[in-house]
Amino acid sequence: MKNTMNQLKVVKNSTGESNKKNFEIVVVGTSLGGLEALTVLLADLPQSFPLPVVIVQHRHKSSQNRLTDFLQKQSSLQITEAQDKEELAPGRVYLAPADYHLLIESPSEEEFSLYGNDFTESGSAAVESIHNSKVPIPNRGTPTFALSTEAPVCYARPSIDVLFESAADAFGEKVIGIILTGANSDGSKGLAKIKAEGGLTFVEEPASALCPTMPASAIANVEVDWILPLSKIAPCLVNLLRIKD
Amino acid sequence: MSESHELETIEIQLLLEGMFRYYGFDFRNYALASLKRRIWNTIRSERLTTVSALQEKVLHNPAYLDRLLLDISVNVTAMFRDPSFYISFRNKVVPLLRTYPFIRIWHAGCSTGEEVYSMAILLQEEGLYDRCRIYATDMNELVLKKAKTGIFPLKQMQEYTQLYHQAGGKKAFSEYYTAAYENAIFRSSLKENIVFAHHNLATDNSFNEFNVILCRNVLIYFNSHLQERVHKLFYESLGMFGVLGLGHQESLIFTPYEKYYEPIESSEKLYRRIK
Repeated sequence: MKNTMNQLKVVKNSTGESNKKNFEIVVVGTSLGGLEALTVLLADLPQSFPLPVVIVQHRHKSSQNRLTDFLQKQSSLQITEAQDKEELAPGRVYLAPADYHLLIESPSEEEFSLYGNDFTESGSAAVESIHNSKVPIPNRGTPTFALSTEAPVCYARPSIDVLFESAADAFGEKVIGIILTGANSDGSKGLAKIKAEGGLTFVEEPASALCPTMPASAIANVEVDWILPLSKIAPCLVNLLRIKD
Repeated sequence: MSESHELETIEIQLLLEGMFRYYGFDFRNYALASLKRRIWNTIRSERLTTVSALQEKVLHNPAYLDRLLLDISVNVTAMFRDPSFYISFRNKVVPLLRTYPFIRIWHAGCSTGEEVYSMAILLQEEGLYDRCRIYATDMNELVLKKAKTGIFPLKQMQEYTQLYHQAGGKKAFSEYYTAAYENAIFRSSLKENIVFAHHNLATDNSFNEFNVILCRNVLIYFNSHLQERVHKLFYESLGMFGVLGLGHQESLIFTPYEKYYEPIESSEKLYRRIK
């Protein structure tokens, strides 16, 4: 255990260094007990929170928007389910939709195609004119969400690993990853990748988690930066990011 | 971007470029984040360690190509997947379709066909099927072949029965199939007005004018360039007041074609062409 509660003041003192990373995104993963945990976490994030917060909560594939509606009542930040190709905006909370994996596509990757604008191979004049039409081309400088229905990972779709790994791919060291209460080991690989890319990792203290399996698995597999009781995670984030109300 | 990322990106570009130039399969404008995952899944299952190694195998041995194609094209589907979509289709789209003497439907990216047969069942129950022709297309010959059989695993019928009733199904679901060993063989009358055909949304063009185009959870695998291409294709293939049905989390809002449609039921991503 690298950091514990009694070192919280060290965080305050080291915010200068952490801030150099200019964190750009917070990703959160949880399963069993997540509803209660997210309620606590989100309630403590101020309206001025400067980063997008992207959440995977394991849930049944036919569950509707009730999760969003419920969490919205607890938070001053706007909460929605992520849509395909939607741009990430600061201070917004996004939930992975039921029965889809949620990934983040970095703008450089969107530009990655060698023949991005060139559909002349298809030989159709109509198609060639796509970018000549007057329709505006959406801003490609911002990371966007991508969805997938491929096979579940760790029996889960959405999977925490899938989100975390793609966030690490897209944002490198500018990711803050958080694992909360949960009943399986999903998220451990993803958190390891965030750590390997130089991002910052938080895990809810297993002893006080509703279900310790997921946090314990993350701690066993990753040299986690911060292991904190649930109620301390949001305040620590706020400190790190030096948010003033 | 770190050096290893940069190298990985170059390797993937080369693999996709090679697949396109040598075999004609164009994945160059697929959404990269999830494509990368699927490519790495293949690399691991082939017991290889780099994208370049996979490229070598794929270019020199078509058996590797076949496996890679199956791995990187996602073929997850189910009968009456998202039952609420079918409810909305019954309530909001069927009344529009009743006004047409003949109805052409394009199911783009039909995979193994479960959702096409679901639509055929719905249209039969609404008394419209005799005036319909459903064009069900996919880029993958293997899945099309499966779709044409109309035979699905019997063990899935319990789940499908539940979804069928949630979707507003009017009969006993078992009336639609005959159980034979491990399989459920669907009534051949359902197939009568379905044309299964090969079509690649990344490279092929429009082939008819349609009253309805269904393309659910297919565009999520494309990057925004390719999505725009396909939306243009759909727009040009839909008659005026034609209906476009997308997946639950897909939206026209992030495309330049939003202004040509109005939502019929926005929670279900059912739109109608108005311009």
